[in-house]
Amino acid sequence: MQNKFIVFLCFLIILLVTWEMVSVARIWPPWVFPTPYGVYESFVTQLHQGILIPAILTSMGRLLIGFLISLSLGTILGILLSYYAILRRTVGIALLGLQTMPSICWLPLAILWFGLNDKAIIFVIIMGTFMSIAMNTVSAIELIPSSIIKAGVMLDARGAKLYRHIIFPAMLPSYLMGIKQGWSFAWRSLITGEMLFVTTGLGQMLMFGRELNDIAQVFATMGIILLLGVIVDNVIFGRIMHEIQVRWGLFVPNKANCQSLVRDASRLYNNAVAVCTDATDRTI
Amino acid sequence: MTLRINSISKQFSHRFKTVEALKEISFFVKDGEFVCLVGPSGCGKSTLLSLIAGLEKSTSGTITSFGKIGYIFQEPTLFPWLNVWDNIAFSLSMNGKPREYIQKQVPVYLDLVQLTEFSHAFPHQLSGGMKQKVALVRALIRRPSILLMDEPFSSVDTITRENLYLDLQKIWKLTKTTIIFVTHNVREAVCLGDRVLVMSSRPGHIVKNIRIPLARTRNIDDLRVITLSHKVKKTLVQNSYEKLDAK
Repeated sequence: MQNKFIVFLCFLIILLVTWEMVSVARIWPPWVFPTPYGVYESFVTQLHQGILIPAILTSMGRLLIGFLISLSLGTILGILLSYYAILRRTVGIALLGLQTMPSICWLPLAILWFGLNDKAIIFVIIMGTFMSIAMNTVSAIELIPSSIIKAGVMLDARGAKLYRHIIFPAMLPSYLMGIKQGWSFAWRSLITGEMLFVTTGLGQMLMFGRELNDIAQVFATMGIILLLGVIVDNVIFGRIMHEIQVRWGLFVPNKANCQSLVRDASRLYNNAVAVCTDATDRTI
Repeated sequence: MTLRINSISKQFSHRFKTVEALKEISFFVKDGEFVCLVGPSGCGKSTLLSLIAGLEKSTSGTITSFGKIGYIFQEPTLFPWLNVWDNIAFSLSMNGKPREYIQKQVPVYLDLVQLTEFSHAFPHQLSGGMKQKVALVRALIRRPSILLMDEPFSSVDTITRENLYLDLQKIWKLTKTTIIFVTHNVREAVCLGDRVLVMSSRPGHIVKNIRIPLARTRNIDDLRVITLSHKVKKTLVQNSYEKLDAK
C-alpha cells in the first residue's frame, strides 16, 4: 500500500519536473502553455478572491440535488420495469433509445422551460443520469441467480419480504456499479451544462479563463475538476465497493494478477519445452 | 402419509414444440421415510421436486402434501451478504419468531452439524461441504415435514461427501423428517434410501420401486450396499439407456 503510494508520488514529481522543463524551454509561448508555478499561483489567487470555494459549492450542490433525484427516480423506475414485463417492452425500449442521446441535447429545452437558472442545469443532470440508473437497476435484478430467489421463497421470504430481504441485498454489488456510472454521467452533464450558459460554478470558471485568455486559470480549474472526480470515484465509491466485495468474497480483478498469471504460464510452458527438448536430445 | 403424488404430468412448450418432461408419475411417501429418486440426467427429477415444492405448476395430476416443505438446491444458495448464523436464522426471522427463540434455536442446529465456531463466518469462507451443511440446517430449522434434496452433494469432494452421508443419516434419524433425495448416483441412493425409485427419461416416469432392507447407519463401502446398487444400476440401464439406444 505504502509502496504503491510512493511509486505514484514519484511519478507525479517526474511529471511536474518534465512540465516545468517544457515550459522553461519556451517551445510554446507562455499564454499557450503555462508553468506549474503559474497554475499554482492562479489557484491561490482564486482561493483568496473567494471565487473558487463558492464555485465548487454551487457545482457540488447542483450535482448532489440532480444526482439524488436521478437516483430515487431511476431506482424506483428500474424496480417497476423489472417487475412488469409490459413496462419493459414499452417504457424500457423508449428509455434505451433516449439513453443514447447526449445529455446536453436537453439544455435548449431546459432553458425554454425553466429559464436561465439552476433548475435548467439540474434538469440536464437528471436527464443524463436517471435513465442509465434505471437500466442498471433492471440488469442488477436480472443478474441475481434464480436459485438464490427460489431459496428465499422456500425459506418463507414472500411478497414484500422477498424484495427487502433477498432481492435488494442480492442486487447490491452490480447496483452500486450502476450508481457509480450514473454519478460519472451526472458529473459530465453538470460541467458541460455550466460551460454552455452564463451562471456560476466550475464549468463557468473554465469558460471565464478562456474569455480572459488566462491559460493558467484554465489549467487550474481543470485540475480541480479532475481532483474532485477522482476523490468521489475512488474514495467514496471505491471504499463502499471494496467493503462489499470483501464481505461477499467476490474476486476483485487486478491487472497485476493477470500479468503474473501470464508470466507464470509462459514460464511453465518454457520449462516444459526445455524438458521435452532435453528428453529428445537424450533419446537421439 | 405425508406426500401423495397422483398421475403427475408436465409438458414444456417451446415455440411450436412441446416436450414431455414427466409422464403419469404416481407414488406415496410415508411419514419419516427416506426416498431416493435415481435417473439419468435430464429425466425430470429436478422438475418433479420443483412441482412438489410448488415452485412450478404441473400440466395435469395432483400433489397432496401435509406440512411445510424444505428444499436443498444443487448449487450453493447461502446468502453471501449474511454470515452463517444469520443464514440459519433467516426463516425464523421471516416468520417473525421472537428474538429469544432464535437465540436458543440457532446454536442447537449449528451444533447438529458441528459448525459452532463458524457462526460468524461468511459463506465464501466455508468449504463446499460446510456450505451444504449450513444449507441443510437452514432448511431444517423451519421444522419442515418434507425435505427435498436436489443432488445436494454433487459438487463436494469424495471424502467429504462420504462423511456427509453419515451426517445426513444421523440428522434424519434425529429429526424424523421425511426426505426425498434426488441423485444420478446409484450407490448414493442405495446407501441413503429406505426406498429407491428408478426413473427413465424422455418422458420421465417411474419404472421401478426398490426397497432397501439394509440396517442403518449404512456406509457407502458396505458390501451389501455395493451388491444392491449393482442390481439397481442394471434396472436403470435396461430401462433408460437401452431405450435411448433403440431410439
